[in-house]
Amino acid sequence: MSQARGRRRLRPAAPPALRRPLALAGLAVIGAWAVIAIFAPLVAPDNPLAQKFTILAGPSAGHWFGTDELGRDVFSRVLFGARITLPLAVILILAAMIIGSVIGGVAGYFGGWVDNVLMRLADLVFAFPGIILALAIAAALGPQLRNAVIAVVVVSWPSYARLVRSLVLSARSAQYVVASRLLGASGVRILFTDIRPNAAGPVLVLAALDIGNAVLLLSGLSFLGLGAQPPTAEWGAMVAEGALNFNDWWVGLFPGLAILTVVLAFNFIGDALRDLLDPRTARAVRATGTRLWPMRCCGSSG
Amino acid sequence: MADALLRVERLSVALPTRTGYHKAVDDLSFAVDAGEVMGIAGESGSGKTITALSLFGLLPHGARVTGSIQLDGTELTAMTSKQLRAIRGRQIAMVSQDPATSLHPILPIGTQLTEHMRHHLGVSKPEARSRAADLLATVRIPDPERALRSYAGQFSGGMRQRIAIAVALAAEPRLLVADEPTTALDVTVQAGILRLLDRLCRERGLAVIVITHDLGVMSATAGRLCVMYAGRLAEAGPTAELLTRPRHPYTRGLLDALPHPEAAGAALVPIGGSVPSLGRVPDGCPFHPRCRYARPSCATDRPEPGPVAPAHLLACPPDPLRAAS
Repeated sequence: MSQARGRRRLRPAAPPALRRPLALAGLAVIGAWAVIAIFAPLVAPDNPLAQKFTILAGPSAGHWFGTDELGRDVFSRVLFGARITLPLAVILILAAMIIGSVIGGVAGYFGGWVDNVLMRLADLVFAFPGIILALAIAAALGPQLRNAVIAVVVVSWPSYARLVRSLVLSARSAQYVVASRLLGASGVRILFTDIRPNAAGPVLVLAALDIGNAVLLLSGLSFLGLGAQPPTAEWGAMVAEGALNFNDWWVGLFPGLAILTVVLAFNFIGDALRDLLDPRTARAVRATGTRLWPMRCCGSSG
Repeated sequence: MADALLRVERLSVALPTRTGYHKAVDDLSFAVDAGEVMGIAGESGSGKTITALSLFGLLPHGARVTGSIQLDGTELTAMTSKQLRAIRGRQIAMVSQDPATSLHPILPIGTQLTEHMRHHLGVSKPEARSRAADLLATVRIPDPERALRSYAGQFSGGMRQRIAIAVALAAEPRLLVADEPTTALDVTVQAGILRLLDRLCRERGLAVIVITHDLGVMSATAGRLCVMYAGRLAEAGPTAELLTRPRHPYTRGLLDALPHPEAAGAALVPIGGSVPSLGRVPDGCPFHPRCRYARPSCATDRPEPGPVAPAHLLACPPDPLRAAS
């Protein structure tokens, strides 16, 4: 027993990310929000759209977070807001990740004019501040939640494209890629079987770090009236209502706190993931057999 | 020889450089039969690897190829890239020099083996998996089932090269090109890899081209040997004959530069100078500036390979080593 422990100590001491308190807290917060989003109708004391006569009432035993100017229960609205923000944030980031990765992969692998055209397109998006461009796109498409999502995807994909392109460029000339070509693999097959696993880690980290931004951007658009439309219970839109009723602080504060906790939690997870998947520490972590996500298990068995 | 598996006729490959096109392979002809190991020897820069890549149609961008490469009677130089892709891996496969980098670092061995198998042979996943295990057993990897789930980094250099050979053989090619297969390995491990290639060749009727600068490697395996210099054929013939009675001064030079048990203690004789770079190949015989036996005519007349004995070609008209044979 003591011998086994002594041997374990000889291994490189890479603290598994999951033992980091911040990452754990982040996971716990997101987990809690996910549960709330799923069971919102059961958890919420009120219908988020039901209007009552007690308007702008402060927090009390009956309405924990008070009521807004239409007499709706802010607590219920915050809980229901998770049903909009969380799934949209995930869809958003997945869309940006997939679109960006494919574009970056194609640009990096095929190079030449394809690379030029795609990367100049990415530069075009990079040239604007994200929120301004998203604002313009959302406004042009019309104020609607769906259009806000499209706008955020449009401003988010270039970072993935840039990242994947650089990864592909470095992997393209690797010996194992040459070996694969010598065994008859086509460009597309090389991109998807040989190069994709190399890019998966960094892209995942970027996504985890970026998802907080996406939540902020989406809420920001709603705050500016270009996203979710009333009476939808969306956090950004609720903060906007709060801004109109500044003296009744509870209307804007609680949805704001909801945004804060989600963004912070995603960022903590992203940080931990980055440390875990960093090539310098990743190997040590892998050697100790720590598994963060089920997908790693799939990778090693399949 | 008419039914050779691979027949290369008057192959020339010109590569674009800053100073224009220069021939990396010049007027090279050879043939390989099924079940035969043929060696291609020469120093770095003599065009060995370019010759190998030209078989796969994977030359650097802009390369010009003339001459003919026939695999079982099918002309490869005229093929479209799609047709070539179907040939690569399925008919001819390559094992590259450094097993440390030629296997994918983060894909399990099993995936790398079954990927090409399923693509080329269209077999089902479980079928590919069992074939992959058999293949690993063939190249003498202990516990193949476990190896399928392992990663390249978990194996030693010699093991990795065995696995790389298994990957190359996954789609049952008929010709295997091994480019310096043992250069990155220990001497003892080298012998194992060479025995493996030899065994595969005999058991599976596989044709093998071994490319190396190490004539010692050749003596152990290759039945026939081509010695290349500056993109041209210097001498070709049965390995035993070439190694015991070399006719070309260059072959002789390569042998003299090798340590030999019977001449232990004696100083090795290097070949002075180095291989001319692309575009600086001298007129006449490319070897004449470094040749001890060079005559004035060597600087102007370009030697053509001609038969000097059965199955023995020599591109050296003075033939100064005839007396030695």
